[in-house]
Amino acid sequence: MRMLAFAKRCTKEIVRDPINLAFGLGFPLILLLLLSAMQANIPVSLFEINTLTPGITVFGLSFITLFSATLIAKDRESALLQRLYTTPLTSVDFIIGYMLPLLPVSIVQTVICYLFAIPLGLTVSINFAYAVIGIIPMAVFNVALGLMCGSIFSSKQAGGICGALLTNLSAWFSGVWFDLKLVGGIFEKAANALPFVHAVEMERALFNGNFEIATSHMMPIILYSILTTAVAVTVFLGQMKRQ
Amino acid sequence: MQAVKTHKLVKQYKNLTAVYELNFEIRQGELFALLGVNGAGKTTIIKMLSCLTKPTSGDAVVGGYSIAEEHDKVKRIIGVSPQETAVAPNLSVKENLELICGIHELSKEKTQLKTNELSLRFGLDAVLNRKAGKLSGGFQRRLSIAMALIGEPQILFLDEPTLGLDVIARQELWSVIRSLKGKVTIILTTHYMEEAESLSDRIGIMKSGHLLAVGTAAELKEKGKSDDFETAFISLIKESAV
Repeated sequence: MRMLAFAKRCTKEIVRDPINLAFGLGFPLILLLLLSAMQANIPVSLFEINTLTPGITVFGLSFITLFSATLIAKDRESALLQRLYTTPLTSVDFIIGYMLPLLPVSIVQTVICYLFAIPLGLTVSINFAYAVIGIIPMAVFNVALGLMCGSIFSSKQAGGICGALLTNLSAWFSGVWFDLKLVGGIFEKAANALPFVHAVEMERALFNGNFEIATSHMMPIILYSILTTAVAVTVFLGQMKRQ
Repeated sequence: MQAVKTHKLVKQYKNLTAVYELNFEIRQGELFALLGVNGAGKTTIIKMLSCLTKPTSGDAVVGGYSIAEEHDKVKRIIGVSPQETAVAPNLSVKENLELICGIHELSKEKTQLKTNELSLRFGLDAVLNRKAGKLSGGFQRRLSIAMALIGEPQILFLDEPTLGLDVIARQELWSVIRSLKGKVTIILTTHYMEEAESLSDRIGIMKSGHLLAVGTAAELKEKGKSDDFETAFISLIKESAV
């Protein structure tokens, strides 16, 4: 119950921030709209809605990292976290309380993206449900990354690193905007070593019902999620001790 | 009966000793003020006694529990209002109070009861649905203290409760603190002379991590050889060898 009370508070802080709503929801939807309009006016198949939407849902998750990191960093800077450290809340309560609210937020963000894409021509099928469920491991990765960044950086730094650096990293190395094979070499190898392209390919595969391909991309995402969560928890506990 | 007893409590940060072998006792129901200039070690003591910071050596017994070994038990019997206003800015006053009720695992009925009781006692009923971040400094401090009282603490720590408030807000907060006297043991840090003199049962004067003198305002005035508390304080600080 203690943890749920804290998680409830974190949810309210996130959803009541208009900047969170504008970036987390507004930006991916605007991208969908603009790129679909662009596709309608070019002869080549570059931003087909059925491949673009799964990519945008993964890209949208980078904003979840931004929310998570700024919330934690702001809490650390204020005296609220100090007050809460003097209450019976345990470290487990804090970690789950921070991470838990962002998972439903990620799922809602994904569902809205897919629903928004239907009038733009997205194929409607049961695979939609699999794609929504399949995004959970990547959402865990992004939330954990936010916990880690929020525990290390100030709110300003977290905004810069997660808001600018991570969103760019996630965009460039995800293969949403261009085929990574076109660049090839080290760039392609680096992209394959990171989870973003795997998450996009997995989402695309799930959405198109190619479960074998989806499974092959699942493993690196799960590994990244576990590893990042472990590092994030260690870093968070470290800052808790220092505070 | 003692609410707090410290035994050779020390806090050292690399080359700086913030608190030197501190020994003092606070009686149950007493309002004890730690008075000193900036950097005297007041906040460090509060942080150690509320288990936010580990002492480098020594120990303290808070409500019968050791701060070195019984963190969880200490945290269940204390309330802390930190120096900066510690409220969730995007939550309403009511939601802030409910958050702490949830953390103390109060039932729905008890949460409602506590929220009503504390908002009335602290004059927060008129702003109950306003976001805490939009309140004036005085109201935020009141809310901060109300939040510290939700767990029905035996010992309440108020770290510089009136810092940065205007005269009216300070007076209003003083009457709130006075209303708590006797019901709960209060340990208050301040660098305002009149605050320590007007509110406290006993005062501990601190300088550079040392507790120079402890006593009632009258006793300290006698020690400092002055009828004026501020002059006595300055004399005690200047005469000390530390």
